Amino acid sequence: MKAQSNKLFEPALVQTALKESFIKLNPKVMLRNPVMFTVEVGTVIMLAVSIYSLTNHGQGSFTYNFVIFLILLITVLFANFAEAIAEARGKAQADSLRKTREDTPANVIFEDGTTAVVSSSRLKKGDVFYCEAGDTIPTDGEIIEGLATIDESAITGESAPVIREAGGDKSSVTGGTKVLSDRIKVLVTTQPGESFLDKMIALVEGASRQKTPNEIALTILLASFTLIFIIVCVTLQPFADYAKTPITIAALISLFVCLIPTTIGGLLSAIGIAGMDRALRANVITKSGKAVETAGDIDTLLLDKTGTITIGNRKATQFWPAPGINQAEMIKACVLSSLSDETPEGKSIIELSLNDKGESPREIEKLINQYKALPTGEGLGGASVTFIKFTAETRSSGIDTPDGKRIRKGAFDSIRNLVQKAGNKFPDETAERVKIISSNGGTPLVVSENEQVLGVIELQDIIKPGIAERFDRLRKMGVKTVMVTGDNPLTAKFIAEKAGVDDFIAEAKPEDKMNYIKQEQNSGKLVAMMGDGTNDAPALAQADVGVAMNSGTQAAKEAGNMVDLDNDPTKLIEIVEIGKQLLITRGTLTTFSIANDVAKYFAIVPALFIASIPALQSINIMKLHSPESAILSAVIFNAIIIPLLIPLALKGVEYKPIGASSLLRRNLLIYGLGGVIAPFIGIKLIDLVVALFI
Amino acid sequence: MNTELLGIVASFIITLLIAIPLGKYLAKTFAGEKVWTDFLKPIENAIFKLSGINPAKPMDWKQFLKAMMTINILWLVYGFFVLLYQDKLPLNPDGNPGMTADLAFNTIISFVVNCNLQHYSGESGATYLTQHFIFMFLHFTSCATGIAAAIAVFKAFRDKTTADVGNFWMYFVRSITRLLLPISAIIALILAFNGTPSSYAGKDKIITVQGDTVNVSRGPAAPMIAIKHLGTNGGGWFGANSAHPLENPNYLTNMVEIIAQFIIPVAMILAFGYFINRKKLGWIIFGVMMVGTLMFMVPTIIGEVSGNPMIAKMGISQPTGSMEGKEVRFGPMATGYWSTLTTVTSTGSVNGMHDSMVPLSGLWQLLAMMINGFFGGCGVGILNYLVYLIIAVFISGLMVGRTPEFLGHKVEAREVKIAALITLLSPFLIMAGTALSSYMFVHHGNADWAVKPSSWLNNPGYHGFSEMLYEYTSANANNGSGFEGLGDNNIFWNVSTGIVLLFGRFLPIIGPVAIAGLLGKKKYVPESAGTLRIDTVTFGIMTFAVILVLNALSYFPALALGPIAEHFSMK
Repeated sequence: MKAQSNKLFEPALVQTALKESFIKLNPKVMLRNPVMFTVEVGTVIMLAVSIYSLTNHGQGSFTYNFVIFLILLITVLFANFAEAIAEARGKAQADSLRKTREDTPANVIFEDGTTAVVSSSRLKKGDVFYCEAGDTIPTDGEIIEGLATIDESAITGESAPVIREAGGDKSSVTGGTKVLSDRIKVLVTTQPGESFLDKMIALVEGASRQKTPNEIALTILLASFTLIFIIVCVTLQPFADYAKTPITIAALISLFVCLIPTTIGGLLSAIGIAGMDRALRANVITKSGKAVETAGDIDTLLLDKTGTITIGNRKATQFWPAPGINQAEMIKACVLSSLSDETPEGKSIIELSLNDKGESPREIEKLINQYKALPTGEGLGGASVTFIKFTAETRSSGIDTPDGKRIRKGAFDSIRNLVQKAGNKFPDETAERVKIISSNGGTPLVVSENEQVLGVIELQDIIKPGIAERFDRLRKMGVKTVMVTGDNPLTAKFIAEKAGVDDFIAEAKPEDKMNYIKQEQNSGKLVAMMGDGTNDAPALAQADVGVAMNSGTQAAKEAGNMVDLDNDPTKLIEIVEIGKQLLITRGTLTTFSIANDVAKYFAIVPALFIASIPALQSINIMKLHSPESAILSAVIFNAIIIPLLIPLALKGVEYKPIGASSLLRRNLLIYGLGGVIAPFIGIKLIDLVVALFI
Repeated sequence: MNTELLGIVASFIITLLIAIPLGKYLAKTFAGEKVWTDFLKPIENAIFKLSGINPAKPMDWKQFLKAMMTINILWLVYGFFVLLYQDKLPLNPDGNPGMTADLAFNTIISFVVNCNLQHYSGESGATYLTQHFIFMFLHFTSCATGIAAAIAVFKAFRDKTTADVGNFWMYFVRSITRLLLPISAIIALILAFNGTPSSYAGKDKIITVQGDTVNVSRGPAAPMIAIKHLGTNGGGWFGANSAHPLENPNYLTNMVEIIAQFIIPVAMILAFGYFINRKKLGWIIFGVMMVGTLMFMVPTIIGEVSGNPMIAKMGISQPTGSMEGKEVRFGPMATGYWSTLTTVTSTGSVNGMHDSMVPLSGLWQLLAMMINGFFGGCGVGILNYLVYLIIAVFISGLMVGRTPEFLGHKVEAREVKIAALITLLSPFLIMAGTALSSYMFVHHGNADWAVKPSSWLNNPGYHGFSEMLYEYTSANANNGSGFEGLGDNNIFWNVSTGIVLLFGRFLPIIGPVAIAGLLGKKKYVPESAGTLRIDTVTFGIMTFAVILVLNALSYFPALALGPIAEHFSMK
């Protein structure tokens, strides 16, 4: 992804956010956030008090009241700014994606077969268009005819072109990508304005942003804290009457605003938006904020073996000649048998032979070139070669050389049949080797020449570097990893152990995934999986977090609740961490916000009563200059802590997989104890400055 | 170690020695496992048969609460009328009058809710009939109600997923037959043998050394005083409660009474751990509560033993500590120990005058009742603690990056809403009540009432404020102890505290039972490495911090104007 900015405060974004901060003062908008709404009400009251104090006495000087009013206003603006900057960043991110798909001309094919060029913005669901080499695909859709190479770098940042074709799991195309070759017919699958990206942008913009379950619960808790402090402040008036202490409205409102959890209240929505934004920066489009939050709760992660745990395909790792066979001779035969083999396995055999120490690579190259020059075909006799293609029936492939050698390469039992049919013996040592390779998780390929066994090629899965550490990290988070593979149980077990996954599903059919997910869910766990094929769709829908690859079918993308633009199967791990970070940021800032109140009490309560109860000077432990300076310092601290914490809210509090109890201890120390101590220092420092002006 | 200290340490150790096996026994009894008291089953079955109750019928949380509320309302109505007309009913040898409507209102509520504010004085305001068949009866039933509610919560968390919280009637009857009746019989015997009256005869006449004739009230007091402590009720036979020489004749009875009021609150906490098969959780909760209790007890005892600073200023030495309002046979340490335990639990009986203790002792008593979750009343203590736990679980669950879970059940908006409302309730009732009385006192002191608001307080100033704050705090906590010095038998106090009592009792029972019922129904989530375990010291500290911060934030201004201001102005 380009246009990705890692700077927190891009000047252009700050400007829009500043403007938004004022627009958001609209009480209707503020009402969504009960904590900050009460601050706004307090601000309005203070404005009225300021005006009143211009002509009347008894409520303190106009300047003092007006300064309090200004600070409260700034507090609200800061909170609005936090939300606005998070929105602006998310929107900028989404816009840079959207730009690629704005108004490209589309060649629409009508039902009667005629074609016309219309703007992409007018394409409806069900329309059909065609694209040729050089065209930009106007919108998301599914190929219904043809095959094309497509450059998806605009979306994924991956420069290597990909092949998309009608039918099967690779039929989906994304608006904004470019056709490099061939011609395809595409069926539009989304209504204008309803593509995933459009949905995501709407989520970030707030209009359709639904509060997530945890966010709702937290809002309730914060609202109840706010209510407690309303009770505290309202009852303080009769208490003060009893103590014969007049309390100014400014002091009461200041106390109230300081006590209610404005810090978390002001940052709460910013934290949620930033979570979605972080997902977007990881190139994941989430269809709801809830999905990100759920990701943090995942107990079980279903991962496909191929591409996630292992590097795509198996690779030849070793030649094992049969007894009495020269290794060099065997390698030569292997190379010849793989000449026409376009599969990655076949290629890896040639690759290995070129690197093998036994035969000089130059000789092998010579051999290859020599054979490539030969004409091919059957029955030409003499100097031609015949390539034998792999069929499901023979389960082997090979070559008939001009000099009459019949070289075959295939699965153990198919070659054994071949050999035994010809009346030859299958060497015991080789059979033993085959067994060893299988039990080590490898795949043995037996090579024969003229129905005589030459030896075995060992193919092995290559486990991605670093993947074992990632699984270890997941285990510490409490996430169980499950490998899904079509391999036999023996191979699967070997790889599972080597990669460090907790469980595996071998010889997996699509319904196995589904059953496994249901079984985990029945025992109360939350399951995440990633998939791309249409046959993955039911499982994606069943999973609590289903991440569809962008290259996957439309059905898969519809079924999941996230789409990964990078098609990167390891992305799930990142998503889990983003989810956890989101919750942690909310929890720690709530703790910090509440812990701050202790110091604010020690600043304001003595200030309220000191005039009539001098004995309470003893609880002015910060030795603040005067009642006015104490109250001002507390509200100023309360205001500036919001912008100071915006970076933390946007970036998220770091997640460390050190076990829940240790993590709680750590966060409790930093944000709980820190939250108690920090304001004592902060308020005292502000008071030292404020005292200069009073 | 001096004898005074030895006395309270011994009391504490004996309490634990009884409470630990009692906790195990309670867990087994209510889980329906075999216990040695099973020989009482025929009696219980007879009761059930007579009442037409099927004790095996499962109840969901709503049915459970319905059963509980129905019987409680019945007692309210029945008791109200008996109190109103007690003068015309039998067993009134001293010829005491009937109660006024507002006093009967306050008194019956206060006994049904396990509080016992007692705006009357037992000697002159009640008859043997009401003492026995209203007060002592309710001592048993109110305690059993609380225990039954707590067991319902235990039951909801014992099974992985269940809608059944158990049968109210079964829990209720068993609490009485298997726990309250047998133990209070033993205590009553000890008290009777040590001089507590246990007779239906009326007042006794004695002639003092000076030759004055004094009428001494008597009555069948011993059994009521036994259950008053065992059931954390606190409402005594005599007006002076356990400071009265007949209600608490000597140091031995003092020990028995203080042990009696602490064993069930401790045993219930441990029973929770045993019942849900998480023994460690029970002990962690006990640890948190104990640390909280010591936090109040240690400074109280030190404060009382060091004496009153005002007297010290006059140059008078106080070798026995602050003795104002204390009984010579107990001394300041035993009174400090008692005053802490009677306020952390919801007993509210006193063996000395709280009003006369040094201001900071008053602060600790107030805080203990405001928190009301360090041990607390029979059964209800752990329910209050559950509300704090839910909030602690919610915040700390977020802090470790997982949707909060409590004992394998996800805590979501609905549970948080209930917990938040219950948390909100206490500050609302206490502060609103105190604000209202302050307002009346300041602005309508001369209102044309039977008792003018301006004459409510014996000690205006900070101490008077503490008296009003204490009254509402005590009512909300269903504690029942009084700071005294407050003219509280009049319509304003009877009605306003009566309302506070009702809300302060039933909402904090309904809330936690509802939370447990809702959580119990949810799918059980097995624990993983990412799950926050709640039976750890770390989480114990978190809960402690939540309790302390929440309460400090709610009450700091009020406390600053009451005991804190008084304390600093005495220096």
